[in-house]
Amino acid sequence: MSEDLKCIHCGNSCGKSPVLFEGHPFCCSGCSTVYQILNTNQLKQYYQIEPMPGIRIEDEKRPADETYAFLDLEKFKSKILTFSEGGISKVSFFIPEIHCASCIWLLENLHSLNKGIIQSFVNFPKKEINITFNETEISLRQLVELLVSIHYIPEINQHSIEKPQAEKSEKKLFIKIGIAAFSFMNAMIYHFPQYLPGHQFLEADMKKLFGWLSVLLAIPVLTYSASDYFLTAYKSLKKKIISIDLPIALGLITLFTQSLVEILSGKGIGYIDSLTGLVFFMLIGRWYQGKTYQALSFERDYKTYFPLAVTTITDSGNVTIPLEELKPGDRILVRNQEIVPADSILKSGTASIDYSFVTGESMPVAKQAGDFVFAGGRQIGSAIELTIEKDIQQSYLTQLWNQAENPFTAANRLNTIVNRVSQYFTVIVVLIAISSGIFWMFNKPEIALFSFTSVLIIACPCALALTVPFTFGSTMRQFGRKGFYLKNTAVIEHLYKVDTVVFDKTGTITNAQSSDIRFIGKGLTAHQFLMIKSLAFHSSHPLSKTICNSIAGDELLTVGNFQEIPSLGITGTISGIRINLGSRYFVSGEKTEEENLKTEVWVFLDNEIAGHFQLENEYRPGLHELIQKLNKTHELHLLTGDNDAEKANLVKFFGTEKNLHFNQSPTDKLDYIRSLQKQGKKVLMIGDGLNDAGALNESNVGIVIADNVFNFSPACDAILQSKQFARLNQFIQFTHQSMKIVKAGFLISFLYNLIGLSFAVQGALTPIVAAILMPISSVSVVLFASFSVSLSAKGFRF
Amino acid sequence: MSVVIILVFAAIVMAGAFLVAFIWSVKSGQYEDTYTPSVRMLFEDPALKEEPKDRSPKTEKESRRDQAPVTKPKPHNPQPKS
Repeated sequence: MSEDLKCIHCGNSCGKSPVLFEGHPFCCSGCSTVYQILNTNQLKQYYQIEPMPGIRIEDEKRPADETYAFLDLEKFKSKILTFSEGGISKVSFFIPEIHCASCIWLLENLHSLNKGIIQSFVNFPKKEINITFNETEISLRQLVELLVSIHYIPEINQHSIEKPQAEKSEKKLFIKIGIAAFSFMNAMIYHFPQYLPGHQFLEADMKKLFGWLSVLLAIPVLTYSASDYFLTAYKSLKKKIISIDLPIALGLITLFTQSLVEILSGKGIGYIDSLTGLVFFMLIGRWYQGKTYQALSFERDYKTYFPLAVTTITDSGNVTIPLEELKPGDRILVRNQEIVPADSILKSGTASIDYSFVTGESMPVAKQAGDFVFAGGRQIGSAIELTIEKDIQQSYLTQLWNQAENPFTAANRLNTIVNRVSQYFTVIVVLIAISSGIFWMFNKPEIALFSFTSVLIIACPCALALTVPFTFGSTMRQFGRKGFYLKNTAVIEHLYKVDTVVFDKTGTITNAQSSDIRFIGKGLTAHQFLMIKSLAFHSSHPLSKTICNSIAGDELLTVGNFQEIPSLGITGTISGIRINLGSRYFVSGEKTEEENLKTEVWVFLDNEIAGHFQLENEYRPGLHELIQKLNKTHELHLLTGDNDAEKANLVKFFGTEKNLHFNQSPTDKLDYIRSLQKQGKKVLMIGDGLNDAGALNESNVGIVIADNVFNFSPACDAILQSKQFARLNQFIQFTHQSMKIVKAGFLISFLYNLIGLSFAVQGALTPIVAAILMPISSVSVVLFASFSVSLSAKGFRF
Repeated sequence: MSVVIILVFAAIVMAGAFLVAFIWSVKSGQYEDTYTPSVRMLFEDPALKEEPKDRSPKTEKESRRDQAPVTKPKPHNPQPKS
């Protein structure tokens, strides 16, 4: 067999022993099973739309048969189904694995797999599928299991039941924009004749009609489209804060009243076109800023991570109950790949708990009956029985998330550059308006009021309000293209202000997946290594896999008497020679008191201890340069839950051991961030696991490193693809660039204001001046912001 | 000039109709997913493929068309759409 044979289902390498079906190679039996399902249902086109589109699920990650049993319960069904009547039901699932055109095709042809499915629609940007099905033919549970059988595992958790309202507000914004655009366009038609020479010959009746029609058009714009500006201006005034919305609201109201007065008195037609245009442009800015990544979630808490239901063991058999009803003292069953929902004690079975989401450590931890198991771990292997010790709310890790929003986040939100600028801006504008009003009062009283209102009208900071959404909105898109996804545009400004960077170690600056492996001991022959590889091949334990992959060799040897002793090791014989592979205690029989600082796998071969494999975490590529660059501009810290075995290496990276902290619990991390903030520092926390969740939430900016951005990650401000880790410094530097662009945009809009004000204080602001100046200032600021961001992004070369 | 008044009202009625159509399209969810339909329209109708064409024997041309590989609608797109 050639080395690079690719599985026709998922495109992964088939390794040495491909599974063959109808002459096609597959990497594993899981992939070939999916192929068979699709093949028998005439859905082979799946493989033609995109090459190797399939999803691979490793055997040990496959959900257990009973995992979805809770979907048969009425309680969950009614929560999950979006519609159900007369046997016809609708449901929508989030499937993170949707990634290509083939996925869309297959998922929309689900009805070929089961007649009970009436229709299925995929929303690709949201990675969502909406299914209409006939409950008399296929139950919800069967439907989910069908999806699982073709390796599209839907995400079903607390979060997916409680749908956020974001969708509705976006629809509302669209309608607001639509109404503003409608009024703007029509008002322009009525105003345009009056800007042309000869408008004085227009009949008075016609003028009146145009005037009244534009007032009619302005009413829905003012009361509906622009309602948010008045609302937020009022709210922030109540808190004694001057936000950007205040001068906007002030300007809009003055515009409207001035126009109304002019139309009523028959003097002119007013400024309705400018008014509606302003609202339209500002709403466009809001829409541009609000466009975020639909399929990514930044608000996840423990609820998203935990299952909806657990299986309890009672005297009358196993009962599935909702998670909320779980009490201390309950006995529960946790199957392969299921999550331990609360702190508990292991009753029976040998547990191998994977805390990789919690701590970032990829190696599972072995537990014996009677051991304490923290919530949040994932069981790997056979089912285990646990007794719940604490409420879910009081479990060690969940406590961290139940804290109220921290004061720094709230302060962050208000202390933005726009709000700071607008405070001065509003005061100055009102002062100018009053003084020009007073000036004319004594010189030419008839235009005193007019010059006062003109100043307020022309100073309406529309261009100012558009600078930030368009600059930061474009920056966010540039980042997104490079694999750095922000929760919202406000994060850019916080990132700019950061002066202290705190790193987590495991999984953040080290690579969770791959690790450096070395063999220490007596020299072994290539054949002996091959024997170890052959033995390790039979175990699904991550350590065995790492060892198996690290040894070169094609033909595997036949292993006899293979036995896996949970949490100890594996054993087997190859051509009569016994090999043991596992913990030091398992291989040598010695129980060492000294704390084991590094992950070791001992080898017993041919009646003697041959040595051990030593695994070391591999640091992410580019870490050294990143730290060197960041060190110039930021204060660096490291917090890790691990012991200080790696201290020497880390000191090499960081240059000093002053800010390296080891053996930090999640609460320690959180407190550390707090103490840094008390010193007035703006902290950026970079982490990956749930143990960082508290610290990520507490810090000014929390960034999560993820291999797959769609998979679970704790609540944060931004998700960074692990490949792009080395570019973190560039991202931070680019926020400085964005800030410069914002400031330049402010300057431009101030210049326009200056021109406008020079008309206004003379009492010479005519509707035509407003109608020209206002749109030009808005459009030029928008163009300037978008173009300069994309230009500087090109120069930046992330 | 009174004819202008008729025009003005005709214009506002037409524009109003478009506004109503726009609001309806937003409410019915047409802007929720602007990407998937562009892929979906390139799929061949599965009904055509599965129905056995037993009424008349296939000409060589027809069967060749049936076997023609499907054109690639879109490249892999693992990035989230903004």
